[in-house]
Amino acid sequence: MNIFETIGSIVTASVFASTLRLATPYLFAAIGETFAQRSGLLNLGVDGIMLMGAFTGFYAVYATGSLLLGVLTALVVGGLMGLAIAFISVTLRAKQGISGIGLYLFGLGLSELLFQRLIGTPKSIERFPDIYIPVLSDIEFLGIGQIFFRQNLLVYIAFASVPIAAYVLRRTSYGLKIRAVGQNPAAADAMDVNVARIRYSTQIFGGMMAGLAGASLSVALLGVFQQNLTGGLGFIAVALVYFGRWRPVGVMIGALLFSFVNALQLQVGALGFDVPPEFSTMAPYVITIIALAFAGRQTEKPTALTVPFQRGE
Amino acid sequence: MSISPATWARTALNRLLDASPLVIALLLAFMVASTLLLALNVSPLEGFASMFEGAFGNENSTAETFVKATPMLFVAIGICIAFRGGMTNVGGEGQMIMGAVAGTAVALAAGEPLGWLGIPLAIIAGFIAGALYGGLAGWLKAWFNVNEILSTIMLNAIAVQFMNFMLNGPMLDPTEAGVNQIPKTARILETIQLPRLSLPLPPGVADLFSLQNAELFARTRLHWGLVIAVLLAVVAYFLLWRTTVGYRIRAVGENERASRYAGISVRGHMVLSMMLAGGFAGLAGIIQVLGLQYRLQTDGSATGFTGNAGFNGIVVALFGGLNPLGAIPASAFFGGLLVGAQKMQRDLGVPAALITSINGLIVIFAVSSEYFRVWLTRRRRLAEAEAQQKAASASTAGVPS
Repeated sequence: MNIFETIGSIVTASVFASTLRLATPYLFAAIGETFAQRSGLLNLGVDGIMLMGAFTGFYAVYATGSLLLGVLTALVVGGLMGLAIAFISVTLRAKQGISGIGLYLFGLGLSELLFQRLIGTPKSIERFPDIYIPVLSDIEFLGIGQIFFRQNLLVYIAFASVPIAAYVLRRTSYGLKIRAVGQNPAAADAMDVNVARIRYSTQIFGGMMAGLAGASLSVALLGVFQQNLTGGLGFIAVALVYFGRWRPVGVMIGALLFSFVNALQLQVGALGFDVPPEFSTMAPYVITIIALAFAGRQTEKPTALTVPFQRGE
Repeated sequence: MSISPATWARTALNRLLDASPLVIALLLAFMVASTLLLALNVSPLEGFASMFEGAFGNENSTAETFVKATPMLFVAIGICIAFRGGMTNVGGEGQMIMGAVAGTAVALAAGEPLGWLGIPLAIIAGFIAGALYGGLAGWLKAWFNVNEILSTIMLNAIAVQFMNFMLNGPMLDPTEAGVNQIPKTARILETIQLPRLSLPLPPGVADLFSLQNAELFARTRLHWGLVIAVLLAVVAYFLLWRTTVGYRIRAVGENERASRYAGISVRGHMVLSMMLAGGFAGLAGIIQVLGLQYRLQTDGSATGFTGNAGFNGIVVALFGGLNPLGAIPASAFFGGLLVGAQKMQRDLGVPAALITSINGLIVIFAVSSEYFRVWLTRRRRLAEAEAQQKAASASTAGVPS
């Protein structure tokens, strides 16, 4: 087998299809976090919110059988946790990095506690079915039908949210306010923008998206819940915001890149290549660090990121 | 100049008030925990009583509390240094693992010929490995502006995989392969194991407390690692507050720009504080092997070896007021929390994961309490200024015009 045949056997249409699937939780979480960071809030507790969203969403589906209810539950729980971290960062002006780690530990512990108490052993649920888009899903050329048009509902929603988020941030007055608050809160305040209200709104939105990201993992992608289901995925999502230079489209490119590496790693494992599994599991994290190092200069970084705002100081 | 009792009392009161936000943070966290317990149909009083019983109820449980406290104290010492240097180190987990892997490798290689010399060699190796791993995150921050919280989280995940690889391959004990599916190294020689720790008691005391042995903590798992950790906490305190290096680390943490103008190498000290933090976490890892497990083993999960001590050390450090000396009692407290939670799980069926979420809450409340501390300080300063103004106006009033 020559090198091209080897590559061909690894990089198949199904790898690309699972790239899009795997990108979904990253996209939801990272786009929510983009809004928060653009307004000057660094929430490192994304992973904790995702875990809570993943569990509560899963449990709602497990208990009622309604997928819609699962997603709604995750949105509400995520929004509440976003509200909590907004109160801590905006009203109490606590140091943002470490308070996020607190939120992460809280979500990690509570989701495991609830799981053990309410469900106990790993159970699976009927997850979101794949939706075959008529006509388009039949396109054989380059596997386009399989890659793009036979995904579950949340995958479509995640990718649709990218242009919407970009539009809101760039073209609406709300987006302008978010960017102003993140760049120069004092000036925004002087222009009668309510800094606290904007930051609360972006953080609650960020929390809802993180909750949805968790649900997309437990009720759409996997159909199971177990302790620490996310395995630090939420932290990678935060890193993707840096990598994507605080732009939804950049975040999407990053998410696709990462999920491609992930999908590839799964494929390489499945084909039984002689690579120690530990190294392929390690790969996404190594790449994240390298990507962060290259995104280093960060000229587009919101100036007021992690800086609490207080009038008259 | 003599200090009047009133001044002394005020100073003492202020000290208490300074500590009060942390106490309030703890109380709030336990209030939330009580609510959770109520939601789980467990009486909070019963739950906390069971926890206390499990943590300090008898000689053995107290020893277990200190056994749990030891790695957390090591990690917390390092985190105090890093935080004081302006670096938020959440890489304790990974640094612990790297310290344990390197230290165990040295301990296994040292073997027979070196005798007890293997102990210091393994400990030094553990420190260096942890320091390099922590320093890596410091270097990425100082030269590439990579957020150290994110990089250390990633490095944690990498370290877990690295350890799994080493334990499944190069360091796997051939005689242990496949036993219980738990990858582990060979056992280190008895000469390289840290001795168990017990305290001789004056005659009669053992009977008074109806202890089983003449020595306190005899036949428990308590080991000399605790003593090393406490001594190093004192050393770290002196390093931070009584040496030039410590002063510079704190200066960089307080005000980067001012330090740069003062001619302090900001980048160098960022890396240094992360290296020290990593080194202490590395010690936590190797001491866990030399003093407790006598071999490196894991169940393959992220916390299989560390028992989450790398994260819990953050809670200990914050609760110890980011002061290595404060971390000593804080580590005993959180050690008790962890051991007590296991008893609560056995007695009342409350999953021990409750403690992870309580720890998270304590972190959140502790950093939020900064708000109240600032508020207290400001109020105090205003009161002082007012008193001075009054005194000044009183003295001018006395002067004939």
